[in-house]
Amino acid sequence: MPCVSNVLFAQCTRCSWGSGPARCPDACNLLGKGPVPCKACGEPRLIEDQAEQFFKSGHTNNWAVLVCTSRFWFNYRHVANTLSVYRSVKRLGIPDSHIVLMLADDMACNPRNPKPATVFSHKNMELNVYGDDVEVDYRSYEVTVENFLRVLTGRIPPSTPRSKRLLSDDRSNILIYMTGHGGNGFLKFQDSEEITNVELADAFEQMWQKRRYNELLFIIDTCQGASMYERFYSPNIIALASSQVGEDSLSHQPDLGIGVHLMDRYTFYMLEFLEEVHPASQTNMNDLFQVCPKSLCVSTPGHRTDLFQRDPQNVLITDFFGSVRKVEITTETISLDRNLAGFESELPKDVLATEPLKYADQLPVAQIIHQKPKPKDWHPPGGFILGLWALIIMVFFKTYGIKHMKHIF
Amino acid sequence: AVSVSVVFLPGSVPADLPRRLPYGDVREERVPVSCKSPAVCTARPPRGAWEALRAVPYGDTFLPRLSRVAPGSSVCWQSCLCSQPSLLPLPQGVNVYVGKHRSALVRAGQGLAILHARLQQLLQVVSLTASSIAAALSDRVPDGQLGPDAWRHLKSSLGYEITFSLLNPDPKSHDVDWDIEGAVNHYVQPVLDKLSLVANFSVDSQILYYAVLGVTPRFDKESSSFILSAHSLPHVINPVEARLGSSAASLYPVLNFLLYVPERSHSPLYIQDKDGAPVATNAFHSPRWGGIMIYNVEVPASPQTSLPLHVDVDMLRVMEVFLAQLRLLFGISREELPPEFLVESPGNEGLADWELDRLLWAHALENIATVSTTLTSLAQLLDQISNIVIKDDVASEVYRAVAAAQDAVAELAEGHLHSAFQASKEAVTSSERAFFDPSLLHLLYFPDDQKFAIYIPLFLPMAVPILLSLAKMLREARQNKKEPTKMD
Repeated sequence: MPCVSNVLFAQCTRCSWGSGPARCPDACNLLGKGPVPCKACGEPRLIEDQAEQFFKSGHTNNWAVLVCTSRFWFNYRHVANTLSVYRSVKRLGIPDSHIVLMLADDMACNPRNPKPATVFSHKNMELNVYGDDVEVDYRSYEVTVENFLRVLTGRIPPSTPRSKRLLSDDRSNILIYMTGHGGNGFLKFQDSEEITNVELADAFEQMWQKRRYNELLFIIDTCQGASMYERFYSPNIIALASSQVGEDSLSHQPDLGIGVHLMDRYTFYMLEFLEEVHPASQTNMNDLFQVCPKSLCVSTPGHRTDLFQRDPQNVLITDFFGSVRKVEITTETISLDRNLAGFESELPKDVLATEPLKYADQLPVAQIIHQKPKPKDWHPPGGFILGLWALIIMVFFKTYGIKHMKHIF
Repeated sequence: AVSVSVVFLPGSVPADLPRRLPYGDVREERVPVSCKSPAVCTARPPRGAWEALRAVPYGDTFLPRLSRVAPGSSVCWQSCLCSQPSLLPLPQGVNVYVGKHRSALVRAGQGLAILHARLQQLLQVVSLTASSIAAALSDRVPDGQLGPDAWRHLKSSLGYEITFSLLNPDPKSHDVDWDIEGAVNHYVQPVLDKLSLVANFSVDSQILYYAVLGVTPRFDKESSSFILSAHSLPHVINPVEARLGSSAASLYPVLNFLLYVPERSHSPLYIQDKDGAPVATNAFHSPRWGGIMIYNVEVPASPQTSLPLHVDVDMLRVMEVFLAQLRLLFGISREELPPEFLVESPGNEGLADWELDRLLWAHALENIATVSTTLTSLAQLLDQISNIVIKDDVASEVYRAVAAAQDAVAELAEGHLHSAFQASKEAVTSSERAFFDPSLLHLLYFPDDQKFAIYIPLFLPMAVPILLSLAKMLREARQNKKEPTKMD
């Protein structure tokens, strides 16, 4: 009996009618309560809490922080990695206002890009992950360790716009994806600085102290990525890495037309896996752990779940990658009186500002740019430098003797 | 602490009433929370103030005739008792009628024991219970003890933004007109005025065209209408949310209320709940996000009416649902009532005085708990990084937060709810400002081992010849002491 709805149908646990990941409203609504019979097989439905599985995860909104840390054209694959995760996350429902995307360099409009305004992920798929509606929040030189930690901990200067903030609360599930070049215990940012695993663990602890997340999924695709999650000590974190300590994460394949490697292996297979996931699917974390076995990835992906309270079997992929909202039917209304015209408010209305508007004092730019630089007061050297030079001079004179000075002067 | 005064109607004083009250006990409940912050809820049952009222005409005006409590003073409850059923206008089977201005009518003719029990039930309903305290402190209570609705309510915040959106996916067929300004002034503003003690509210509205729901509804032949089933509702919100345009200007939480007018080809559209029954309100809400209501346009009688049809939205029906959803999102709605209770409808104000009190109480409690955890974790951060520099303004914010939090606790103990809430709001603002100060980034303070790691490779090679020469000098000096140099 075909399902007449266009929602994928599920399997009744009694009569095995149907197949597929989601629930069919017609035949076997597994969201049952009470002994109402299944319409397909007539068996009484299970009084299951399966509906309340939605509530088990305890989160009401989703955020994603996607970071690509390397610049220069030959690191095209890191930008492509980040953009493909961005694409999956948007496709599964997280809106741009809840995604903080940090790209350290611009590949799509790079002068060396033979196909401008595109970033491809697979030479045969020709999937342009750059698309039409990419919203990059931190770009180019704004991607620094300091900014990244400020985003995570929330210690942001007040002038930062809303799109650059992580406004999560204690019921947010956050996905953090980082990619770039890394080593044992550090990740390189912009070829000039690095973030260590201790700093990252401390940042997560600061987030936990302020309850800025409910659960955190941390995915890192760099060489020796597992070292980055070794130091975590805050609860409710799952961590995934593309390679163990001492191993390198390898890239997937070069595109001879563009001239660089397009993606890293781990993220490539993860993207393939995520393309199968849709907002209603029931795939869980254990499936994500199996992505990219050693035969495909050459490195050994690792994961860490000891800090996580739920069993990864029960954690849906869409808990982190998508944004499936909990909804409740509104069953009650209040009754309003239509004829109660002109309700008099008891509180006094704010008095509007009556003073006339005028320009604020402007910064005297002309004076500032034409100012001569102030002569800085000279201070004699002090402290360490003074002591060091005194030591050097004393040794010099003791070794060579004062009488030799006349040869110099 | 809340004081409750009980007023007897004439002719209803039970015969066995002693001169002095037999009970003045304080009911304490200890809510099990994590060891960091125990919470104690105290509610004093009625004591003192047994007065007799002159006979007052009953009816709907009965309760408002009782003296109203001015806001700002300590919260005081009044309940009226009557033993003769004929005097009270309560319908059969209802023994307690809770009014909207902190007063209640209690029928208890059978003696003091029944009276005591009913009053306890009443207090249970109108004041905080263990579960609502646990909900307010939800991030400190171990997960197993929270009910499912513990985290559905909005967190306490200084302000909220409310956005009303009209979604019209089919402007060719429906020309929808809604008088949102009038509706906001008429229906929403009174509720927000009453809630203005709690937070600042700002309201805006927008109309979105060609915005479709994410789910295709099914056609149901029996009712010849389109159905959206309950489990497809979670997927409705996401595609729409991207188009809503969350406000870029403010950092307050946003509540979205959407009114969806279905396309002509998908009309009428009903929402089905889990059991397959159509939902009366045709609306659903999502915790901490907002609500969506589907407004069906009647198909015109004559098929020749020209498109687009002009639709005037009945704002009363819409606002009834939206305001009910607002109450649910804030957690104002009551939990299960005991069967003999009847609560007066709050009318256009949206919420009763005692519901507002409960909300203020819960928010004040939440604020105080937040302040204590924030300041504790700030202190821990300072312990970890010993050479962190605390600016003067951060220090003064911390002092202010501590003082305000202590004020708030003292005021709560005395029952001055409004001043306690203001103090707790101040405490939260100061503590958040201190904790999230941009200068406290731990990256800016290097641990000592990093300093060694940087300076040693620079100075060690340079220091090697210096130290060797120093050693040579010392050796020479010692040699000179042993044998004096020959003086020529």
